[in-house]
Parts: sequence; structure tokens; C-alpha cells
Amino acid sequence: MTAVADRPPAPEAPLTTTPVAKEPVRRTGLLLAAIAGAWVVGWALFQGVATLPLGRAALTGFQRSLNDLRDAFDAARNSNFVLDVVFGGIRDGLDAFVSAARGLLSQPAFPRPVPEIGWLGVLAIFAWLTYALAGLRSTVLVVLSTLSFALLGYWSDSIDLLIVTFTAVFFCLLIGIPLGIAMARSKAVTTVVTPVLDVMQTMPSFSYLLPLVLLFSIGASAAVVATLIYALPPVVRITAHGLRSVSPATIEATRSMGSTRGQLLRTVQLPMARRTIIVGINQTIMAALSMATIAALVDGPGLGQPVVEALQSLNIGNAFVAGLAIVIMAIMLDRTTTAASERAEKERRAGREAPHRRLVLVVTGVLALAAVYLSRTYLWAADPERLPDLGGPLADATSSATDWITDTFFGATNGIRDAATYGLLNPLQSLLADSPWWLVVAVLLAIAYVLGGWRPALISAVCLGVILGVGLWQDSMVTLTMTLVATALVMILAVLFGVWMGRSRRADTALRPLLDAGQTIPPFVYLVPALALFGPTRFTAIVAAILYAGPAAIKLVADGIRGVSPTTVEAATAAGSSTLQVITKVQLPMARAALVLAANQGLLYVLSMVVIGGLVGGGALGYTVVSGFAQAQLYGKGLAAGIAIVALGIMLDRITQHAAARQGRR
Amino acid sequence: MRTEKSRVLRLSALIAAGSLVLTACGGGDIEETAAPEGADECGDFDIAINPWVGYEASAHVVGHVAATQLGCNVEYKSLKEEVAWQGFGSGEVDVVIENWGHDDLKQTYIEEQGTAQDAGPNGNMGIIGWYVPPWMAEEYPDITDWENLNSYADLFVTSESGGKGQLLDGDPSFVTNDEALVANLDLNYTVVYAGSEPALIQAFRSAEENRTPLLGYFYDPQWFLSEVPLVKVNLPPYTDGCDADPEAVACDYPVYTLDKIVATDFAESGSPAYDLVAAFNWTNEDQNVVAKMIAEDGMDAEDAAAQWVEDNQEMVDSWLG
Repeated sequence: MTAVADRPPAPEAPLTTTPVAKEPVRRTGLLLAAIAGAWVVGWALFQGVATLPLGRAALTGFQRSLNDLRDAFDAARNSNFVLDVVFGGIRDGLDAFVSAARGLLSQPAFPRPVPEIGWLGVLAIFAWLTYALAGLRSTVLVVLSTLSFALLGYWSDSIDLLIVTFTAVFFCLLIGIPLGIAMARSKAVTTVVTPVLDVMQTMPSFSYLLPLVLLFSIGASAAVVATLIYALPPVVRITAHGLRSVSPATIEATRSMGSTRGQLLRTVQLPMARRTIIVGINQTIMAALSMATIAALVDGPGLGQPVVEALQSLNIGNAFVAGLAIVIMAIMLDRTTTAASERAEKERRAGREAPHRRLVLVVTGVLALAAVYLSRTYLWAADPERLPDLGGPLADATSSATDWITDTFFGATNGIRDAATYGLLNPLQSLLADSPWWLVVAVLLAIAYVLGGWRPALISAVCLGVILGVGLWQDSMVTLTMTLVATALVMILAVLFGVWMGRSRRADTALRPLLDAGQTIPPFVYLVPALALFGPTRFTAIVAAILYAGPAAIKLVADGIRGVSPTTVEAATAAGSSTLQVITKVQLPMARAALVLAANQGLLYVLSMVVIGGLVGGGALGYTVVSGFAQAQLYGKGLAAGIAIVALGIMLDRITQHAAARQGRR
Repeated sequence: MRTEKSRVLRLSALIAAGSLVLTACGGGDIEETAAPEGADECGDFDIAINPWVGYEASAHVVGHVAATQLGCNVEYKSLKEEVAWQGFGSGEVDVVIENWGHDDLKQTYIEEQGTAQDAGPNGNMGIIGWYVPPWMAEEYPDITDWENLNSYADLFVTSESGGKGQLLDGDPSFVTNDEALVANLDLNYTVVYAGSEPALIQAFRSAEENRTPLLGYFYDPQWFLSEVPLVKVNLPPYTDGCDADPEAVACDYPVYTLDKIVATDFAESGSPAYDLVAAFNWTNEDQNVVAKMIAEDGMDAEDAAAQWVEDNQEMVDSWLG
């Protein structure tokens, strides 16, 4: 989601290269077919040889040494200066801040049976802040959303999630905006910081949970830091981009009047880039929200916890209600920050405030304070459990509906799952996991070279070496299988819907809001419908991944198809081609760069989702990470799984990015 | 028009000020519901909750007594078994009320780091094992001997077990040697995790109802065994030290004397909650009663605990000394 905004779009394919482009494509296609053929032959001959299996409970030497590392950290926690004072200080500070905020807003502040400010007070404060920053419509949205948290029965979890999210966002902005400014000013800073941001955005979030636990131990501080790492890149990149796009003419004019760099920054660049920077803040808030839900795994407070518990006990009703609260929160934050940015833009252009606004703000502020006071003195205004409970009945209804669906369509859902599992998943998994490791390495390197050249081949070699080194070859192959199958299905969906949207304006206006909404939803939530329909299996992880990656890929393909010059399409139609011929022989080939970019984005989204799917039976690397939390002797293995996930992600990213760049060059 | 608008605004300002004054007049009812006496003496009491209903039952009974009769500020934290131990040192967790073995964690946190202490047995005896539904034990009487499991492997194949028989485990954080057992006893089986205790129970329930094959991990105390009397499969008998190396286990599970683990800081704090925890003691049957209320009857854990305490005040009094 955040990755899409920041990658530079690949250049459009030029008009007249269709006949010329066929030659290299045909050659690439033939080479790939030859590699596939050699692979199948090798698999048939050497099946089961040197596949590097590792029992679930077994550890390699490297993983054991990671366990020892964890023990060393534990033992040194109170004696080592850096651990005790620096990290311990950060941990205690963050924990204290979050606990204070929770005691104020969401958790009972002993001996009070309710928080310091009850639900009515919190609602009033939110409404007033929203009105001040984003206007009346957003205020209505915020009031309804906040009420829904209470009515659904997840008040304290929702406020906890908001606290963790905004604490992380606060530090993101504190670090990110100055960093973005520094990047915009200095090329040196850009070259140093960009690769770090790349890694931060490519790394699936699961992989840095366990190392963080090493440093910060479980709890709110680990959750905040994990969210911070994940949500930092968008605001940095977008701030730098916004500052760089301020019109050079304006900058020239200001410079020529004798402003210093500081004055230039403060009086011209920052105000003019304000709209873009607020978009960056919006992206960061959405990223922080999605990560904060995953942070439930490190015992971070918030809505993630009831979702994880409900998923693991297969309680679809509760998972749905908690997931619904997360979705409402995501929509609320997204719309409100967008409205705030539009209002900021309007006010900047208008140059002055609306006449009675200040008075209205004061009056409503007084009302809000009155509400806060009420919530401190009366139980009805403080205890959300006294409100009517919509969550319970909704959970029951959802559970019954799901049971009915799974019972009635038992045949269909099981059929789809078994067809995909026995037809696609198991054969590919057998090909990857049952072939000797040296065969698979050779095949992957060859594919990398054919698709992208020697650079991605080299990077792939390093990444595969890392995967072999950490000793999780089998698990990585299973995850890779799920990733490839899910990406293939995503690309099929992307082509089908993308072509339809690209060719038909009506389809586009109808579908785009759905896709936008889909991208707002934090990935955790997709596990719920997938689990409900297909039970805890690998196919479930694939379905969740398709739901998560679909919107981004579809939008990229649709934009690519629309980018094909209408003149060319006209010419082809006029020459007598059927619709199918126009699509397959003109539009798709010319949008090839967009297709490969969609594959790249799809792959990364799918990888991170397939890993999360380890929670609901997806097994492999994602499961190994989670088991690192569950069983102490598997911690080293979980840490190794995190490293393998990163290696896999970098390898897939580099191959597809270089392939995309190649397509763009043709 | 402008005067109209300012009039409206002035009026609303007046209303706002008025309501503020009015609210200052009313008495609040929050102070009346503040915590009972003894609050200062007891303070915070953090109980870890591990993800099985028996544990939840024990924890909520102790927590309920501590909150209502000792005035403690009880907080329940949902944590996996092993993660909870990390909380002893950082002050997040005061007590783990039901510990199954975990000699390795005792070695690290009690012997080496000293952040935790053993507070004695809680009266429950834990038995883990491999079980089949009763109908299978009737139809295949020799399935209860592990040496015959390989001949029945085909019965247990599922889409996730990769062509081998499926051994269904529960929550992956539960104490389990099943991966090692399957490997070391040369069994043609794969361990598949149901993910949680409710999923495991559901699987056994439908296996018995629909007469489908199922081999799985299960344990006592567990209220479900009174609903469906699962039959145990006998693995090589336990001998002392046979499970010392987790990767080399080839014997059945021992009978665990379940005990209570407390944080050293909590034990030395003089809190009355610690005395309660040290004295807490009840049987498997007691726990099953409360667990059944929570899981089967759908009662809220606090309500189930409150009901049991009400029915068994004598036993509670003996804990409070």
C-alpha cells in the first residue's frame, strides 16, 4: 500500500516497438521454457535427494547460536549499559507514556473502575479536534465511528490501538519530517538514506518482530517501535518529494530577494509542500494502523489482540466484529486526514479563516469540556459497557451465518480448496521442495538472469546463500510456492479486471472506490473471511494474500492499459481486429511494463500476507516466526525465519524490478 | 443576517456555559463504585492467562477472590506459556497459576536469573497424551498400542498432512514433544496444529459424531473428557530423564504436578495476594466444573468464578487463612 506511492512509474512503452519487441520476448519465453523443462527432468531424476529437510522441533547449529544470543541478551539485560540504559530507558519511557495515556482514556485507573476520562469525554474531545482540523463532515464520521467502537464492545481495545498508532506516528513525524527535509536538500543524504528506506519497506513486518523483542521485550514499547519502523518510510519519502517539487521558479524568485536557506524553507517550501506532506502523514498513519494490529503478537495493546485470539480459536464471529472495528478505524483515519489536508489547502489559498469559526470553536470547546466533566462524575457517561451491546449479537449472527455457509457450501469451498491444493499448490511445492537444493538454486539463478540480467542474478545468489545459511530451505521453498501461486492468481485477476477497467470508464468508476477501500483495510482483517471459508490450511493464506494484493495490482494494470495510446487502439480496431485481438496483441503487450510492475508489487504484498497467513495454517516461514514467540527453544529458529523472509523478499523484488526496467527500456 | 448569526452564536455560548454550571451541581456516582477497602495494602496484581480454559478457570477464581475479598487491582494478561515467564523480570506478570513442567524455563528464570520462584503445587495433576475418539477404540482395539499406529496411518491422511497420517496438536505454544516423538518412533505421521484448544475440542467432537478417524493430542484436566471419553494411545512408558533432551524424546509424557510460579519481586512484596496464591489449592474436578461453565455454558469467566466462589466459600476461606 505505501510502497505503491513511492516507486517511480516505469516509462511507457514507445508506440512503434510492437513488432521489434516480439523478438526479445520470444527469446525470453523460449529460454524460460527450456529452464522449466530442464527443471522437471532434474526433479524426475533426483526427487527427494538433498532436499535439506528440518524437523519442526529440530534446530541447526546456526539457529542454536541465535538461541544463545537471546540468552546472552537476557542475562545482560540488567548489566550491559546499552541494553539497560539506552534500550531499557526507551522501553521504560514508551511503556510509561502508553500506560499513562491508557489510564487516561481507555483502561480503568485504579481505584476508579473507569478511565480518568470516560467514553463520552473521549468522544467529545475527538469530535472537537476533528472539527478544528477537518470540518463538519469529518466530525460526523468521527463521532459515528467512535460510537461504533463502544457499541461493538471493543472500546478499550480501540482506544488502545489509537494510542499505540498515534504514539508511533508522533515519533515518525518527529524523525521523518526533518529527515525528509534533509533528503530534499542534500543529495548525499538521499543516496545514504534511500537504500535503508527500501529495505524497511521491502521487509515483511513479521521479520523484525522477534529482534525487537530481544531489545525491548514484549509489551507496548516493542509494539510502538515495530510500528515506527514500518510507518517511517512513507512520510520521509513523500516529504522529500513534496519539497523537491516546489516550483523552481518560485524558489528562484525567493532566493533572488535575498532569503537565506532557512527562510526559504520556512516561508516558501514548507507551506507550498504542505498538501503533499499531509498526504505523507496520511500514508504514515495508515501504515502505522496496519502494523499496530500485527503488533498484538508482541503483546502490543489494541484491537489486534482480540483478532489474533479469535482467529486462533476459530471464533469467526468475534474475529469479524473486532476486524470490523479495525476497518471502521481505518476508514475514519483515512477520510479525516484527507479532509484535513484538503482543508489545509483551502485555508492556505483563502488566506484567512472563516469569520465565526473562532467563536464556534470556543463554544464547542466549552461543550466538550462539559462532556469530559460529565464523564468523570457519572458512570453512564464513563463506562462503555452500559451502552447497548451490538457486538455480541453481531458476532453470534456472523458465526451462525458462517457456519451455515460452510455447511451448505461445504462441497464447493472444500472443492475449490482441494482443487487448488492438489492441482496447483502440491505439484509446485513438490517441484520446489523435493528437488535437490542445488538444482533449485541453479534454476532460480537462471530465471533471474534471463528476466533481469546479471545484477539480479548476483543478488539472488546472495539471498539464496543466506536462506541456505540460516538452515530453513524447506520452509522457504514452501513459502515461495505459496507466494508464486498467489501471485499467479493475483496477476490473472489483475489482467481480467485491469483490462476491463482500463477499457471501460464505467467499470473504472464503479470498481475504483472498492479497490481504494480494499487498500485501506489492514491486512490482518483479510485472514478472517479466508479462515471462515477454507479452514486453517495453506490455501487460506493464499486467499488472504490475493485479497490483500489484488487491489494494488488491478489498479496498476488498469492504469497501464489506459496509458496505451488511444490512437493505436483506434488504428487496430479500424484495421479489423476483434476485441480479443486488440486486447491480446496491442494493449497488453504495450502495457507490459505496467504488468511487470504489477507483478512486482503483487509479489511483495503477497509475500508479506502469506507470511502472516502462518497464523491460520499457512505453515512454513510465517508459522516458524510465530512459534518463535510460543516456544522458547524455537526462538532462534523464528529469528532465522525472519532473516529468510527478508532474503526471499529482496530476491523477488530485485528480479521483478529489473525485469520491469528492462520492459520499460524496450 | 449577520446579527442573526451572532445572536445564535451568543445563545449557544450561553447554553454551553449554563450546562457546565448545571453539571457542577449534580453529584457523581463514580466515587461510590470505587474499590473496596484494603486497596492500599494489596495494590496491583497481574495474573498471566495462558490459552486453555482450565487455566482461565484457575486464574479467574484467584483473581476474583483477590479483587473482591482483598481489594487488589487485578489485571489479566493474555500471554503464551513461555512468553509469560519473560514478564516476571520486567514486572509485567506476578503469577503463572498453572505451570506444566518447563524444567528448562525453571532453570533459566528461577536458578540462573532469579526473577521467578516456585510457589508450590496448585493441587492439579496434568496428563498429556495421544487420544482417539471412543468409536475408534471399539472398532480397532489394537490402535491403543503405538506399535500398530503405522498400519493405521492411511486412515488419518488429510490434505495438509502430505500423504502421511495426521496427528492433530492444539495450540502450538502448548507443552508438546509430538514432533520429536513422531520422528524418533519412526511413525508415518505428520503433526498438524489445529491452532487452539477450542479447535482441537471441535475436531474431536465432530470425529465422534460423524465417526471419522482422528488421532490427536489431548490432556487432563479437561472438562471435555466428561462429555466424550477419549481413549488414550499408549506410547513407550515414561522413565525419569527420558524427556530431558527435547529433540530426542521417545517416550510418553510424565504425570505433571502442576505448580504455581511467581515473580520474586511479588513474593517479597508482602502483598496479601501472594499469601492467597501460595495457599491456593484445588482438584481437577473443581477446575473442570468452572471450565465447563466458561466453555460449554458460555458464561463470562468472571461470572463463572464468582459462582464457584459463592458455592465453595469454605474452601476459599481456607486459602485466606
